[in-house]
Formats: sequence, structure tokens, C-alpha cells
Amino acid sequence: MEADLQAYADGRLGAERKAEVEAWLAARPEDAERVAAYCRLGEALRAAYDPVLAEPVPQYLESTAARRPRARRIAAVAGWITLGALLGALAGWEARDWRRPAGPPLAEGAVMARRAAIAHATYSPEVRHPVEVGADQEQHLVAWLSKRVGARVRAPKLDEVGMALVGGRLLPGESGPVALFMYQTAAGRRLTLYIRAEAKGNRETAFRYARENSVSVFYWIERDCGYAISSADLSKEELLHIATLVYKQLEP
Amino acid sequence: MNEAERLVELIPRLRRYARALVGDRASADDLVQDTLERAWAKLHLYRRGTDLRAWLFTVMHNVHVNKVRATRVTDTLEDELPELAQRASQGDALLVRDLDRAIARLPTEQRAVLLLVTLEEMSYEEVARAVGIPIGTVMSRLSRAREKLRMMMLGQGAAAKLKVVK
Repeated sequence: MEADLQAYADGRLGAERKAEVEAWLAARPEDAERVAAYCRLGEALRAAYDPVLAEPVPQYLESTAARRPRARRIAAVAGWITLGALLGALAGWEARDWRRPAGPPLAEGAVMARRAAIAHATYSPEVRHPVEVGADQEQHLVAWLSKRVGARVRAPKLDEVGMALVGGRLLPGESGPVALFMYQTAAGRRLTLYIRAEAKGNRETAFRYARENSVSVFYWIERDCGYAISSADLSKEELLHIATLVYKQLEP
Repeated sequence: MNEAERLVELIPRLRRYARALVGDRASADDLVQDTLERAWAKLHLYRRGTDLRAWLFTVMHNVHVNKVRATRVTDTLEDELPELAQRASQGDALLVRDLDRAIARLPTEQRAVLLLVTLEEMSYEEVARAVGIPIGTVMSRLSRAREKLRMMMLGQGAAAKLKVVK
């Protein structure tokens, strides 16, 4: 009988057995009250936890479910850490070199492209914390980054190429804070957009392409900002197409 | 639809169950994350064409049981948790929190059965398969879980009344 009472509370009895159980309960008010409490309990549980179904799913869970290729990315990061050390050494060498008045300075844009590629390799494999502020707070994100970077920063819409904004973060740059936006496709392919404020007098440039390890970068300087788009998951052609799209959207 | 898409689609249900099972959001999402990782690692054991949802809840159950086993101390402390908040019930948030705490005081295996039946609306047979126990055990755990919760809620009501009288 007890099992039937449970099934009754769950609404899982056939019509005939249900009628029998109801007749049985009618003669036993204490059991009837107990079973009624079980029903209320079920309602309370559903009322308490069903709202979780409507909550936005954290990006890292979706990435795990869609299975982004983590192992390969971790290997890539290990490569980048080595490269970072090498670049550090190189930077020291460059600093020494800059004292020589006639020495040609490393092109501004190329430095930015490297930093963008390193930022991409550092953050894009992140499953749990790819960004500091998620796309669900895009307005706040854009306002915050604009304020810190010191230039009007925007997150372009890349839906037409199947990329959605994951969110963004603030990074240290050589002459001040830098904004990094991250996008990804439904299948988890990622790209990052690196934006820094340019010192007055940095001249505008055309699109340039750089490749560092497995990361492709398109970069350019336009008015008061420098931009670099990086990805290890997209082909050069795809990236160029997206860079063009971003460039058009960010035109004042 | 491939497995990746179906897994993504099932995340909200995994999160709902996990939230009720472990209480706070961060631990619940940790459990979901571990479950998804485990599911990918064990996907070769999933038989195509069978119910992926049921299989996934089995995976989650096993992951959870292993986690609980690893932190057995918290489980034995369950009976010594302070009494439920005693207050006249006001506001849904407080009610939910009390329900959270009441559920947390159920033994893990009873909690799992109750939640799979009530939230996931799994059949008793599905629950038996997911948890790996005979159906008779499902029924007795369900019965015990409900009765315990009912008593806790009654006790809480009595306490609240006492407080109001004072």
C-alpha cells in the first residue's frame, strides 16, 4: 500500500487503482493528510527549482558540453608560455636597442599584434573563466572598458558570421589598459578582439596580417584606437572577412 | 542532432537537479561541469538510440556519489546541523532557503531518488536504473525521504507558531 500512496502522490496510478486508493484514504484521515502533504511538497520542490531551467547557462558549461578541443589548446598555451619568455628576452634586447638613435623602432602595430596574439592564446582556452564580464552584461562591459581604456570602445555584432559575444576583460598594455572582447561560434571556435587607445600622432594603417605560432592576427590602427583580431580556430580568409566586418562596424 | 548539441540542450535540466541536490549554485555548476566532462570521457559506453537524458543522469549520480564519498565528513555531520531557521514564514526566498536546508538534511541516496522522481519526473523504473538499485528500494527511499521532509516542515511550523505566541 505504501508504494501505491507514493505513486498516488506522484499522480502515476491508473484510474482504477487511483479510485481504490482514494476510497482507502477516505477512511483514514491521518494518512490522507500525510499524502496531501507529499503532494504539496512536490509542488514546493518544483516551485523552488524549476526557475533554474530559465537561468542563462554559464558559457563554460556550454563549452564543456559542446566539447571544445581542450587538450590541443592546453598544448598551445604551453607553447605560448615559452614564447612569452622569449618575447620578454626580446623586449629587453629591443629596449637596449631603442637607445641607439638611428635604430629603427619596432613598428607600433607589430608590437600590438604580438600582445594581442599572446592575450588570445592565454584566455581563449579558458573553460571556466574566459572573460571577466559576460555578454549578459554587455552594456556595463562596454561602458567599463571604454572608461578604463580611455577611448570609446564597442563590441561589434558578429552574428552574421555565426559568432556570439562571450564577454570581455581588461588587460595591461604597454601604455595603459587594453580591452579584450571574446567571441565564439556555437561549436566553440573562438576569436578575440584587442582594442587599445592610440597615442595622438600614431598614423592610421591598412590591415596587416601576422601569425604567431598557431594564432592568426589581423591588425590596424584607425583614428584613436588600435585593433587586433586573433584566432587559432579560424582560417586566414575567415579572419580577414571578420576583420573587414569589424572595421566597417566600428567606423564612426 | 549530434551528442554535443543534445548535451548543451540538457544543461538546464542538469543544473536544476544539481542545484536541488547540492544546494548552492557554485557547487551545483561544478557538479554539472564534472558530469559533462565525465560524459564525454564515457560516451563510448552510451548506446546510441537509447535515452541520453537518462544516461546523463546516471553519470551525474555516479559523479556525485564519488564526490560525496571523497568528503564523507560532511555527510556524517548532516545530523548535527543546527536546527532549521525558526521564524514565522514570510517571503518565498526564505521558504526556498528552508526547503534547501531541509533537503540537505536528507541522506544523499534518499535525496537523489526524491529529486529524480519529483523534478525530473522520471518513472520509478528509470530512477532504479539511474541510481542502480532495485525498484523496491526506490519506493522505500522515496517514502522515507518524503516522510522526513514532512516531519521537518511540521516541526518548523510548530516552532514558528511558538515564536509568534511569544
